[in-house]
Parts: sequence; structure tokens; C-alpha cells
Amino acid sequence: MLITAFAIIRIRYLFSVVILTGLFSLLAAAIYVLMDAVDVAFTEAAVGAGVSTVLMLGTLALTTTEEKTTSKSRAVPAAILSIITGAVLIYGTLEMPNYGDGKAPIHQHVAPRYLNQSAQEIDLPNVVTSVLASYRGYDTLGETFVIFTAAMGVLAIIGRGRRRRKKEDVEREAKT
Amino acid sequence: MMEFPGQLIYWIVVVMMMMGFYIVIAQGNFVKKIVGLNVFQVSVFLLYITMGKVTGGTAPILADGIEIYSNPLPHVLILTAIVVGVATTSLGLALVVRINEEYGTIEDDDILEQESDA
Repeated sequence: MLITAFAIIRIRYLFSVVILTGLFSLLAAAIYVLMDAVDVAFTEAAVGAGVSTVLMLGTLALTTTEEKTTSKSRAVPAAILSIITGAVLIYGTLEMPNYGDGKAPIHQHVAPRYLNQSAQEIDLPNVVTSVLASYRGYDTLGETFVIFTAAMGVLAIIGRGRRRRKKEDVEREAKT
Repeated sequence: MMEFPGQLIYWIVVVMMMMGFYIVIAQGNFVKKIVGLNVFQVSVFLLYITMGKVTGGTAPILADGIEIYSNPLPHVLILTAIVVGVATTSLGLALVVRINEEYGTIEDDDILEQESDA
């Protein structure tokens, strides 16, 4: 995955970049399976690797597929800034619990309740589903609103209204 | 997956995150910027999922004879986040298409040039 991310930085031909992004998502999905997050892996493979790639390819079809080179004057400060930020973040992880530690604080509060009670309360074997649809149902409702808003935004930006305006422009030009 | 010693996996995630961050701030192409945002996003998702993993646990689907499950809560949060991420990606790409129509380019310094000429 690191190699893929690095290639995404270096490659200038945007078509390859987009395909590599799909590969990146797919690798992420494989890692999710290894970390027991099967539901997340499904979603990432379908949505991240599938839908995103299609959307990006559509954008490339409407725009260009070549990228200009990045100027040094921009790349160097950006690299320094990213390295500093990364160092601070790594410093932050030093006090985090070890990977796979069952006694970490994250496993102490609501999670055991979900695991122990959801079988009686919701009667679904898949805990992720019962948390998503029941305990945190408002989250999911909010998510739906976000998608709706995004769809409205996309329509407002490249939808029908714009085409009508273009037609008006053409008519105005024809009159003059 | 093989067991990583301690916090190594978090550091890998941080390196990936910073690669995404670098793409967003250093590269002028808008499609590339959105790809960078995606890389950043996936790294954050990975960070959450790694926190939810319990050694020896299985996927949080209840079954007889299994004692240890991984934490389901990060999975739920990330499930929501992935879908929201696609929504924002599509909105960003729509903006890119619109900018390309207006200026004929998707490089930000070209656009700055056109603006200063005008």
C-alpha cells in the first residue's frame, strides 16, 4: 500500500493515478478483512474501489489526463510541512495502547455492552448491523442527509440549470 | 496479518496519511488533489480499524463458541465515513468538471495566471 501511495505521488499520467487509487482502496479492503472488519471491507471494495474510480474516470473523460510537473518551490515546503506533521502525529501515537491489546480504553465502554446485550435486545447476529441501524440509527440518518445534500450539490453544479444558461448565451449571441 | 510489534502499524498509517497530505498541498492538479484526499481518508479509516482489533478476536458476528470479538464500534463509524467520503469526492469532482469548463484547465497555477491577466 505504501508503494501504491508513493506511485500515486510520482505518476503524472492521471489515468494510471486513478487506477492506482482503485488498487489502493482494494488493498485497504483486504487489510480490513485481516483486521476483522468484514462489513467495512465490503463497503470499501464496492464504494471506494468501485464507485470512486468510476466517478474519477468520468471526470477525466470530461477534462484532461495529463498533469503538469510540480515546481520545486512548492514541493519542498510542502514536503517539510508533511514531515513535521507526521513527526508530531507519530509522537502522539507513542502513548497509544499496543496493536491488538484487548485492555485498551476503546474496548472498555459501550463496546462490551453492544457485544453482550445486542443479541437479546435486537436479535441480530451481526453486531455491526445492529449498532448501525439501531443504537446509532441517528448517525445513519445523518449520513443519508449528507448523501442527499451532496447529490443536490452535484446537480446544482453540473446539472440542468447550467445547460439552460448556455442556451441563453447562444441566443444572446445570435441576436447581436 | 502478521503481528506488528506495538505501535508500528500506527506509524505506517501516519506515513500514508502524510503522503496524502503532501499530494493535497504540493500538487496543482485538482484531480490529483482529490486523489490525495482519498489517500488521506483511507489512512484515517485504517487508523480506526486498527484500534478496534483485538488479538485473537474474530469479526463481530455473534456465534456459539466464540469468546473474543473485535470492537464493532469503529467499524460502524467507518462504514458511515466511507459513504460520506464518496459523497464529498463526487462533489469535489463535480467542481473540477465545472472549473474545467470555465477556465479550460484543472491546474491551479494556470487558473491564477488567467485571473491575474484578467
